[in-house]
Amino acid sequence: MGFSGNNKILEVKNLRTYFYTDDGIVKAVDGISFDLMVGETLGIVGETGSGKSVTALSILRLIPQPPGKIVSGEIIFDGRNLLEMGGAELQNFRGNKISMIFQDPMTSLNPVYTISNQIIESIVIHRKLSKKEAIKECLKLLEMVEIPEPERRLNSYPHEFSGGMRQRAMIAMAIANSPGILIADEPTTALDVTIQAQILELIDGLKTKTKSSIIIITHDLGVVAKYAERVMVMYAGRAVEFSTVDNIYYKSYHPYTIGLMNSITRLDEDQKERLKPIKGSPPSLIDLPNGCVFRKRCKYAIDVCKKEYPPLIEIEKNHFVSCHRAGEFLKGSLNRI
Amino acid sequence: MDNNIILEIKNLKKYFNLRSGFLFQKFKGSVKAVDDISFYIKEGETFGLVGESGCGKSTTARVILRLTPPTEGDVIYNGVNLFKLNRKKMLKIRKEIQIIFQDPYASLSPRMTVGDIVGEPLEIHKIGDKKYRLRRVKELLKVVGLNPEHINRYPHEFSGGQRQRIGVARALALTPKLILCDEPVSALDVSVQAQILNLMSDLQKEFNLTYLFIAHDLSVVKHISSRIGVMYLGKIVEVTNSKDLYKNPLHPYTMGLLSAIPIPDPELERKRKRVILKGDVPSPINPPGGCRFHTRCPNAQDICSKEEPVLKDYSKNGKEHLAACFFAGKPI
Repeated sequence: MGFSGNNKILEVKNLRTYFYTDDGIVKAVDGISFDLMVGETLGIVGETGSGKSVTALSILRLIPQPPGKIVSGEIIFDGRNLLEMGGAELQNFRGNKISMIFQDPMTSLNPVYTISNQIIESIVIHRKLSKKEAIKECLKLLEMVEIPEPERRLNSYPHEFSGGMRQRAMIAMAIANSPGILIADEPTTALDVTIQAQILELIDGLKTKTKSSIIIITHDLGVVAKYAERVMVMYAGRAVEFSTVDNIYYKSYHPYTIGLMNSITRLDEDQKERLKPIKGSPPSLIDLPNGCVFRKRCKYAIDVCKKEYPPLIEIEKNHFVSCHRAGEFLKGSLNRI
Repeated sequence: MDNNIILEIKNLKKYFNLRSGFLFQKFKGSVKAVDDISFYIKEGETFGLVGESGCGKSTTARVILRLTPPTEGDVIYNGVNLFKLNRKKMLKIRKEIQIIFQDPYASLSPRMTVGDIVGEPLEIHKIGDKKYRLRRVKELLKVVGLNPEHINRYPHEFSGGQRQRIGVARALALTPKLILCDEPVSALDVSVQAQILNLMSDLQKEFNLTYLFIAHDLSVVKHISSRIGVMYLGKIVEVTNSKDLYKNPLHPYTMGLLSAIPIPDPELERKRKRVILKGDVPSPINPPGGCRFHTRCPNAQDICSKEEPVLKDYSKNGKEHLAACFFAGKPI
């Protein structure tokens, strides 16, 4: 699915990642499929617990097992299924061909090693370099992520860095081996707005330099509008809508996406209009309702929504929606309220 | 002074002293969390206080309620200076000023039922008998959109949004006039955040409440507030109504803040020109001299590092607009 052509760098097919807990099976990701084009920035949006981060961790095979398990699916990168790879082979992919920027730069760095030590580690794992060459490479990376006075910073520890600087160091590590795919999981949630803008601009700028494809995972619809080309909206472990950023923002056909857009406060709103929130809260992933997972919060739910889960279908070119009533929105016989 | 001013903050300062050593502690300087700020809130309005972490916005709320003692300054509530009251009188006034906290997980005791949590203020202030309190708690739960039958449940049985509703019900219990809202929606997802924001607006109309709304998310603050104060490193740098703050910001920090926030509109974002502020917020222990923003300001001149700009009046056509900048209004 997605844009036509063979320049896909990643294809995820019917991925299911479950967690087996004492309370029951948590279906964190329940059958999602998407693809990523070369050089593309894909946004994955959704609320807490919608399965965004688990999707990212599954791609990198970083799901803690037990309790987690990738139950089914395929993750095709470069013609190879990542889910069938063994240890050594996987090591070669992780941090090399696909790498990740984690949410919390405070906890993702090791406090007892210097920043340069940690960056160099990610270089020499994948490349045979002398110590001198590795330090040179590290300096180059620190410069790329715009850390001021990199020579002086070589021997600094994470606690000597501010939040923004730590995230820059994390990015340096992630791009150390010019990966084909860079996954940024809520890269700026822990940061202040002005620092957030710096980091996002940095990631976006690096994309053109390293020619990586980017998956950016966030709950911030402003960030997605600014940086993503295509967007996948997730709800309760499933993809409910997947299309170009313009389609998602201006021509959405899924009630959840519509509700999300109506819930956000906008900086540029002229009149103070009352927000139109989605009623209720997301369902428990252990005890999902039958039929459509969104139906209990949906204004448009009808009988069929109780019985069948609507499959994700291509309703228009490059516009995938999982809703029984999407066709009515398309024809205009159902109005967005 | 205007009659309908409910709260006035005058030259408020709060320093946290840093000491080292165990027995003979040495004074090692202080964190100037709030450093000489003044503003007022009119009855029935929402005054928003916005700024990045560490700018002193939460400390301001805590000092107003005397949850932590002030270093200097006055807080006048309905003509009464709160810092001059004894414990007994302060307790009485606290009935009229309530607070809603940020984290709905940490601000509700996990060992108390919802009924006990919401009823506790009534009990402390000895209002009514047991029967009355029960009736009142049920009424409050209904007001905030919770099921009164859930009165015997514990906080962990509720979702984040519902917990914040419990926090709101507790704040409403004593029929306050002023509610300090310290990041009430920042821990919530967007769809739930919108529910709480709507609830707060409805309650404001219904009970004629005044809000001091503190948050780091400028679009949320702008949505709910009529007037907004922007804080940076313990100082208020700009005060105006929410429309002018977006349309006509005067302080370069406000401009940078607005520019940093992406608007959820792809087409608009493609056209929008952004100015990204450089560097980090300096430490409040040793803030830069002169204007505290000069280290990050694209417009900074020599004078900015030498003198501290005061909050000057730039009001036009009766529209209040204050800014603390030597070059106020100059685009960045």
